[in-house]
Amino acid sequence: MSSRRDILDLLGENARYTTEDLAHMTDFTESEVEEVVAELEDAGVITGYQAVINWDALETDAERVRATVELNVALDRETNYGDIADRIAKFPEVTSLRLVSGDYDFDLTVEGDSMREVSHFISDKVAPIPEITQTVTHYIMESYKEQGTEFDDHDDDDRLSVSP
Amino acid sequence: MTLEPADRVDAVPPSGIRRFFELAEEMDDIISLGVGEPDFSAPWAAREAAITSLERGQTSYTANKGKRELRTRISRFEDAARDLRYDPDEEILVTAGASEGLDLAFRALLNSGDKLAVAQPCYVSYVPGATFAGVDVVDVPTRAEDEFKLTREVLEASGAAEADALVYCYPNNPTGATMTGDELREVAAFCREHDLVVFSDEIYADLTYEHEHISIATLPGMRERTVVFNGFSKAFAMTGFRLGYAMGPEEAITAMNRVHQYTMLSAPTTAQHAAIEALDNCQADVREMTAQYDRRRNYVLSRFEDMGLSCFPASGAFYAFPECPWDDADEFAEAFLQEQKVAVVPGSAFGAGGDGHLRISYATGLDELKTAMNRLESFIS
Repeated sequence: MSSRRDILDLLGENARYTTEDLAHMTDFTESEVEEVVAELEDAGVITGYQAVINWDALETDAERVRATVELNVALDRETNYGDIADRIAKFPEVTSLRLVSGDYDFDLTVEGDSMREVSHFISDKVAPIPEITQTVTHYIMESYKEQGTEFDDHDDDDRLSVSP
Repeated sequence: MTLEPADRVDAVPPSGIRRFFELAEEMDDIISLGVGEPDFSAPWAAREAAITSLERGQTSYTANKGKRELRTRISRFEDAARDLRYDPDEEILVTAGASEGLDLAFRALLNSGDKLAVAQPCYVSYVPGATFAGVDVVDVPTRAEDEFKLTREVLEASGAAEADALVYCYPNNPTGATMTGDELREVAAFCREHDLVVFSDEIYADLTYEHEHISIATLPGMRERTVVFNGFSKAFAMTGFRLGYAMGPEEAITAMNRVHQYTMLSAPTTAQHAAIEALDNCQADVREMTAQYDRRRNYVLSRFEDMGLSCFPASGAFYAFPECPWDDADEFAEAFLQEQKVAVVPGSAFGAGGDGHLRISYATGLDELKTAMNRLESFIS
C-alpha cells in the first residue's frame, strides 16, 4: 500500500515527476496524488521545488560565488538561537542556515555574484549582529556533489544491450 | 582428430537471445528493456572494499570453498533473511556466480542418462548445462493461466514424476513470477512422493514485492533433498564480480566442491572481499534498489493496463512478462526494435511455455522506461 512517504521519496528524488508518473508508480490515482501533494504543501512538509545546479558547468563568464560561514554567537536572557536565526535567514543572500553541534553554533551558506559581494555581505550584514561573536568564512572552490547528485558522474551504462 | 565441437556441445544451439543481441548491437540509440542485470552499479562500499583488497595485495587463491569469513557471513545472512541454516564449513560453497553452482550440481550430483525436470520458461543455461553433463531434460512448461507458477498439475502433465531431479528459479527470470509458501508445499510434496532432488535457484530472492521469499529447503523433508543457489549479482548489483554460492547437505557440497576444486579452484578473490563488505554494510543499498525496482514495476504494469496489454502482476525479480499482441512474438520483438528502437526479448528464448510473451526488463532508469512505454503504446495502437 502506498503512503504519503512514497510520494515524498519520489519527489525528493525527482521533483519533475508528473502527477501521472507518480500515480503510475504508486497505488494512488492521479487525483489522489494531487490531493496528497496539496496536503503536504499546505502542511509545510514540501516547502519548495528546486533544480540541482552545477554552476561550474554553465559556460559563461558570470561567476557564482558561494561560501559557508561558521558563526559563533553569545546568547543572553532575552535572545535565543531562534531569534538570531530569524534575523539571518531573512537575507536573500543566505541559502541555508543550520544550528550545529561542535566548535561553532551556526552553519551558514551564502551566495553572491562575486567574492566582493559575498565578503561585503558578511562584514556589513552578518558580523555586526550584536550576538555574533565570531565569523569564519570558507569560499567554496569546487563542488563535487550537491543534494545527493554527483557532478561529473561518469557512471555510463556499460551493460550488453541484450542479455539473459 | 580435428578441432570440431564434441557431440554434446554440438547438440546445444546458440542462445535464442544472441540474435536479438546482434540486431540491437547494430543499432544506435536504442532503449533496451532486454537486459538481464541491474542498471545500478555495485554499492560503492563493496567496490571500495575490492579496491582496498587489491591495494593490500590480496590477490592469491582462497580456500576451494571460498574465504571462511565470507561463508560465515553467508550462513548468518541466509539464516536471518530466509531461515536457511547451513554450516559454513561443510554446507556452503562459494562459486563463480550462481551459474557455476548449477553447473557443478548437474555434473556432480547427476549421472549421465539421469532425467532433470526443468521448469520453464527459465534462465537460458539450465538446459545447455544439463546437456553438457549428459543429463536428459524433461521440459516442464508452466502456464500463463497459473501466472507461470510451478504446480502439481504441470509437473504431472510433463512427466516430471519419472525424473531424478527438478530445477527451477523463483522469483523467476523471465516471467517475474514468485511462489508463496502454500504453492511451494505442493511442489515439495510432489518431489517427496516421486523422490526428486531439487535445485532451487534463488538468485532473485531479495527482489520480491508482494510477499517475502520462501525457500523450498525450509519445508519439512526438503532440506536433505535440496541444493539452494544464490549470489551477489542481482540484489547487490554485482554481476561482473561473478560471485555466487550453493548451500546444501554436506555430501552434496562435498561432491560439488570436488568438481569445483579441479575446474575453478576458487571463486574470484577480489569479488569475495567485495562480497564480505556487501553483506556487512550494503543492506541499505539493497533496500534502496529494491524500492526503485518496485516503483518501476508499478509503473510498467500500470502502463500495460492503460494500453490494454494483458500481463499478470509480476511480483519478483525485475521482469514483467506481458502477452504479445501479435501471434508471433519473435516477429513483434524484431519489428519493435527496428521501428521504435526498443529492445525486448521474446519469451520463446527462455524455453517451453514462453511462447507468445515478451520479457520486459525494468532494470532501466525511469526516464528511459517512460519513453519505452510511450513507444510501445504507439506501436501497438
